[in-house]
Amino acid sequence: MALLQIAEPQQALPKKPQRRAVGIDLGTTNSLVATVRNGIPVVLADEQGRPLLPSIVRYGESVEVGYDAQAAQSHDPHNTIVSVKRLMGRGLADLSDARRFPYRFIEAPGLVQIQTRTGIRTPVEVSSEILKALRLRAETSLGGELAGAVVTVPAYFDDAQRQATKDAARLAGLKVLRLLNEPTAAAIAYGLDNGSEGVYAVYDLGGGTFDLSILRLSRGVFEVLATAGDTALGGDDFDHRVYCWILEVSSIGPLSAGDTRLLMMKAREAKENLTLHASAPIVATLSSGETLSLTLTVDTFASITQTLVGKTLGPVRKALRDARLDPSQIKGVVMVGGATRMPQIQKAVAEFFGQPPLNNLNPDQVVALGAAIQANVLAGNRAEGEDWLLLDVIPLSLGLETMGGLTEKIILRNATIPIARRQEFTTFRDGQTAMAIHVVQGERERVADCRSLARFELRGIPPMTAGAARIQVTFQVDADGLLCVSAREQTKGVETSIEVKPSYGLSDTEIARMLQESYAHAADDMNARALAEAQVDAERIATATAGALQTDGGLLLAPERDAIEHALAEVRRLISGEDRRALQAAVDALNRVTEPFAARRMDRGVARALTGRRVDALN
Amino acid sequence: MIDFSQNHFALFGLAPTYRLDAQQLDAAYRRLQNEVHPDRHAAAAESDRRLALQASARVNEAYRALKNPVDRAQYLLSLHGIDAMSETDTSLPPEFLEQQLERREAVSDASLGGDPRALEQLLAQVRAEMGALERALQSELDAAQPLTAARSTVRKLKFLSKLASDIESAIVDAEA
Repeated sequence: MALLQIAEPQQALPKKPQRRAVGIDLGTTNSLVATVRNGIPVVLADEQGRPLLPSIVRYGESVEVGYDAQAAQSHDPHNTIVSVKRLMGRGLADLSDARRFPYRFIEAPGLVQIQTRTGIRTPVEVSSEILKALRLRAETSLGGELAGAVVTVPAYFDDAQRQATKDAARLAGLKVLRLLNEPTAAAIAYGLDNGSEGVYAVYDLGGGTFDLSILRLSRGVFEVLATAGDTALGGDDFDHRVYCWILEVSSIGPLSAGDTRLLMMKAREAKENLTLHASAPIVATLSSGETLSLTLTVDTFASITQTLVGKTLGPVRKALRDARLDPSQIKGVVMVGGATRMPQIQKAVAEFFGQPPLNNLNPDQVVALGAAIQANVLAGNRAEGEDWLLLDVIPLSLGLETMGGLTEKIILRNATIPIARRQEFTTFRDGQTAMAIHVVQGERERVADCRSLARFELRGIPPMTAGAARIQVTFQVDADGLLCVSAREQTKGVETSIEVKPSYGLSDTEIARMLQESYAHAADDMNARALAEAQVDAERIATATAGALQTDGGLLLAPERDAIEHALAEVRRLISGEDRRALQAAVDALNRVTEPFAARRMDRGVARALTGRRVDALN
Repeated sequence: MIDFSQNHFALFGLAPTYRLDAQQLDAAYRRLQNEVHPDRHAAAAESDRRLALQASARVNEAYRALKNPVDRAQYLLSLHGIDAMSETDTSLPPEFLEQQLERREAVSDASLGGDPRALEQLLAQVRAEMGALERALQSELDAAQPLTAARSTVRKLKFLSKLASDIESAIVDAEA
């Protein structure tokens, strides 16, 4: 719709029905879904009242997700996928720890796949099963289809990992309102809950990823100043250290994949036990019948994981440096992620920042709650007086390969998004008519040390002497942190342009096809669904238009107003009918005719923002 | 939505001077983003969301260019038709260049020796020098015409800010 919804102060817009929106924390170990109910963010539990969904998918007779899959993991390790988040947007070569996974990996171009009993699965598909389970939970709990979801990602996820996450959500039948950085989500939940002002650090150690974000909270604006992290460092790695310690001290023979998984589970239990106790027993019976009985003390645990704790402090220093701050300038450190419960983490963070960290929100739930708050706002359910804005950043620099395998950075890390940057390049040879464009992400000088995101060619450059052509390459990063690159040649009025959206494994058509296949409904159901969606959309636009005419009608000349009212009447006439195409056409017409109106309303909003005066004070 | 043809200063309602009130810039930036940010138009039509994306990106770009003193000076010069980083005129005083070569050597020695403290000292030195040049720019850009002195200062600053960011990366590597 062409009407921009600018809330006018002290003028109530027509009351909109609340739209069902959720926030989803798609975690390495556990996932959650939350929503805002009566103005309060709440986690939605399953039918047994359990808030967490273990991020585990088993491909058996049917697809099992969560606790059922978890129960099967040690006797069916090859078909039970855990920690799939570590595989998102990754090729086999990227996985330094591939040996730790008991799966049969298959290398596909640029991304890893897993051979299971039911065929080859991509990490995107596995993740989509988890998201689907959460979608169903939310729909059952909220009593209907969802308008959309905010899905969280580690702040340090690169473009490939973000794109993979978005693909998974779409494949699960979710409308993605926004990809939101996990520490930022936590900051929203924390900041709005505590009415905080000042500069805060969010230390987010999850099951498989680590993020450190520094934010300034001031007068309703959450501004991320810097972020740093490690997308392959988390609670899993602590489990693995304990597992290695078990092998070291117990001299047991070669292990089956099932035994490995069993001992990893025991290691994790011991780790969790040590949060509250000084020592934890580890007792297990292996498939050979051999039994194992050990005791892990807090001190031993701290000493075998010391390097991991130290590894989190590197990104902490880097983020502080990027934000030009020192630890004493941080007002508080918000702890997020189940792994921050470990006492040695609490101690290290307290020592580094010289203050006890903030643990007053449930570290497992705070990300999902923040995502729910953002989803609620993006779905258009902003409550009166709820007026805050989120300004996030891109974690890693984006650039192009230039001569000699070097990187030319176009957008620097920690730039506030959305952002667009243009840079001019030229040809290298006389008469060159094509140019290869290689998009990379990372901080290093050499392309080989950065992550390759996409390659494309610009063709049809008019033949000229070397250096005469002007090729303008535009990088645009949207509010999800996703990149879109376009290039055009622009001398002598000749223009050619091509646009790429890096996609990892799944094209839009592939997703559409998979979605169609996954719909259990018949074609009629599909049509009914499409009609229902069109009607909801039309209703929203009609309501917004009517509201805008009421508040800002004065910006229009009489014939313009007539045209809008006419188009609006047409939408209203068709809204209760069965003809989706006619309704769609009427909505499109209304959109077109309200476009200049929208621009004028926006100008008024901007003028008001700049003068600091309210529109109603001008009238 | 916003007037895309406005220069960065006009966009924020500021006078086009090098000396600028950072708080005023911050406040204007937040007010503008409050209006144009895509989150404010999440429920709007595709075309409006695209417009919001462009406007918000433009505001971010302008803010970044004005917030950073070196970028701001370079931008001011460009408003006067002067390209500070033109490739056809790359002159800098030889003694300045010599000093930078020495510094680069010191940086590479310190990073090979894994000495973050020495790197921090070099960084502090470079930052101090940048601070002095930025103060000089206030009169070179806001009071005096022509702008040849300012152009030379900006070139030095660009040089130093690249050096400072290289030292920062070296420190991060040394600490890792």
